[in-house]
Amino acid sequence: MSQSPSLEQLQDICKQVRRDIIEMTGAAKSGHPGGSLSAVEILVTLFFGGVMRHDPANPKWPERDRFILSKGHACPVLYAVFAEAGYTPKDQLKTLRKLGSIYQGHPDVRFIPSLEASTGSLGEGLSLALGMGCAARLNHSPSRTYVVLGDGESQEGQIWEAAMFGSYHKVDNVVAIVDYNKIQLDGFVKDIMDVAPLADKWRSFGWHTIELDGHDISALKAAFAEAAATKGKPTAIVADTIKGKGVSFMENNPKFHGVAPTADEVKLALQELQ
Amino acid sequence: MPTKTKFELKTGMATREAFGKALAELGRRNPDVVVCDADLSKSTMTNYFAKEFPDRFFECGIAEANMTAIGAGLASGGKLAFISSFSCFAMNKGFEQLRVTVAYPNVNVKVVGTHSGISIGEDGPSQMSIEEISLACSLPGFVVLSPADEVATRALVFAAAEHVGPVFMRTGRLKVPVVYQPDQKFEIGKAVEVIEGTDVTIIATGLMLAEAIRAAETLEADGVSARVLDFHTVKPLDRDTIARASAETRAIVVAEEHLVDSGLGVRVAQAAAETRPCAMEFVGLTGYAESGSPEELLKKYGLVAPNIVTAAQKVLSRK
Repeated sequence: MSQSPSLEQLQDICKQVRRDIIEMTGAAKSGHPGGSLSAVEILVTLFFGGVMRHDPANPKWPERDRFILSKGHACPVLYAVFAEAGYTPKDQLKTLRKLGSIYQGHPDVRFIPSLEASTGSLGEGLSLALGMGCAARLNHSPSRTYVVLGDGESQEGQIWEAAMFGSYHKVDNVVAIVDYNKIQLDGFVKDIMDVAPLADKWRSFGWHTIELDGHDISALKAAFAEAAATKGKPTAIVADTIKGKGVSFMENNPKFHGVAPTADEVKLALQELQ
Repeated sequence: MPTKTKFELKTGMATREAFGKALAELGRRNPDVVVCDADLSKSTMTNYFAKEFPDRFFECGIAEANMTAIGAGLASGGKLAFISSFSCFAMNKGFEQLRVTVAYPNVNVKVVGTHSGISIGEDGPSQMSIEEISLACSLPGFVVLSPADEVATRALVFAAAEHVGPVFMRTGRLKVPVVYQPDQKFEIGKAVEVIEGTDVTIIATGLMLAEAIRAAETLEADGVSARVLDFHTVKPLDRDTIARASAETRAIVVAEEHLVDSGLGVRVAQAAAETRPCAMEFVGLTGYAESGSPEELLKKYGLVAPNIVTAAQKVLSRK
C-alpha cells in the first residue's frame, strides 16, 4: 500500500468485507460467519491500514510481510479481504465452498498460492508463523509475520508450546492476534473450557502483551506499531471482539459460529450493513 | 554393486550417527540448512550440527507438535528444514502437524527419526518405533527412506536434501554392519541389488539387510540361489524391481524391523499383486516388544538371519 487510507475509508472497507462475508456464506449455505465478522477490523487494518508490507501484484515478494489465519474456519473474512486487495477475483466470492472454487472451505494454498499456509486444523498457525519469523531473521529480512488465533483455538496445547518457543527464541518479528470473541462451536468459551485470563497467560509466557478493543481500528494500528517497536520478544494482541459483529441478530449468538444466514437473514443483514 | 561377493559385514556406526555427521557436512555445504530438535540432540546426533551452526539450530524443547510446524514455517520461509527426534515421537506426536502443515500443502520438510525399531534395546516399547513406516507412507507426497548402513545413510541424507518435497528417514540406535563400499550410488526410489540370485528374492530394509545377506549365504551353502535387494526407499516403491524379481525368482521374502501388518511387506505385496504375483513370506514384528539387549530382542522377536532362512524355505516350498 503506497498511501494509507483514512479511518473512514477503512471503516467503509470493513463494511464491504462484512457484506461479502454475509453474501458468501449465504450463497454457500454453510460456513462460519460469526468468527469471520469478529475479525474484520483486525484483517482490514493489517492489509489496508498501512501495517503490512505486501503487494498483490507480486505475492511471492520474498521480503513481504506474511499473514496466517490460524483459525482457518473464518476464511470468509480472509477471502473477502484478499479479493478486496486484488489477490483473488471478487466475482467468484459466491462460489465459496463449491466444487472447483478457489474459495475452499478452509484456506488451501493449492487453490490460492498467495496464501501463506493451509489452515483449518486448529492450533498450528502460531508455530508456522514463528518458523517463518525465524527464517526471516536468518535471511536478514525485514519481513514480519502476523497470525490470527481464535480464543477457542487457544485451548489447543500446541499454542502454548509455540508461545514458549516464541519468547525463548525472541522471535520479535511475529505478532499473534487473538480474536477474543468469547464463543466457540458448542457455546460460550467460559462454559466450554475457559481460557481466561488470556492476557495474563501470554504475559506469563514472556510475550509483550497488548489488550484492546478489536473493532477499534486506531487502537489496532497503534498496537501494531508498538509491536514493531518491541525488540527481544514477540507480541500478543488480545483483541476483545464481538462474535457476529455488525449484524444485530448475529452478535454474541453462538448459533452463527458455524451456521450460515438464511436468504431472509442475508437480506436483513445486508440492510443493516448499508 | 558386487554380486556374489563374500561380505565381511564389519560393524560400523549406527545410522543415527551417520545421519548426524552427514547433517553437519550438509550444513557446511549449504547455508540454508536449518535443524530443529526436541531435547534429544545428543541422541539423534543433531548435536554435531548444533555445535557447528548454533544460529541455524532450533531447540524446540519437548514439544514435537510445535517443532514439526516450526520446521514447516522455516521451510515456507525458504530454509531447507530438517526436524529430528526419536521416530516414535517425530511421527506419532507430530503426525497431525505432518499431515496438515507438511504433507497437505507439500512443504519441503525433512523428518529424520532415530531410535527406530526394537533394536534400541533396554528403553522398551514406549520408545520403540515399529509403526512409523506405515504412518509415513500414509502421507501423500512423502518420500520414505530406510537406510541399512552408514554409507547409505550419508548418501540418502544428501539425496533427501536435493529432493524437493517432504521426506521421512528412518534411522537406528544400534551400531550396524557396513554393507556398502564408500562409493556406492543411491537413487531415491531405486532399490539396490546387493546379491544376484535366481531361486528366491529377499527384500530387506534397514538393519535387516545385513541379516538378509547372512541368510543368503546360508541358503547358498544349501544350494539355493537367493537374490538380495535393499529397499532403502519404501516410498516411492521400486515396482519394476519387484515385478522383475517376482517374474524371475517366483518367490519373495520381505524382511523389516517393523510391524509386519503395515510396513514394507504389504506394500511389496501390493506391487507384486498389481504386476506379477508370486508366493511371498514376511519377516517382521507382530506386536510390541520389551526391554532387553538389542541382540537378545532381535533374536527373540524373530528378526535375525535364521528367521529369513526359514521364511525362504517356506516360500520355496510354495512355489
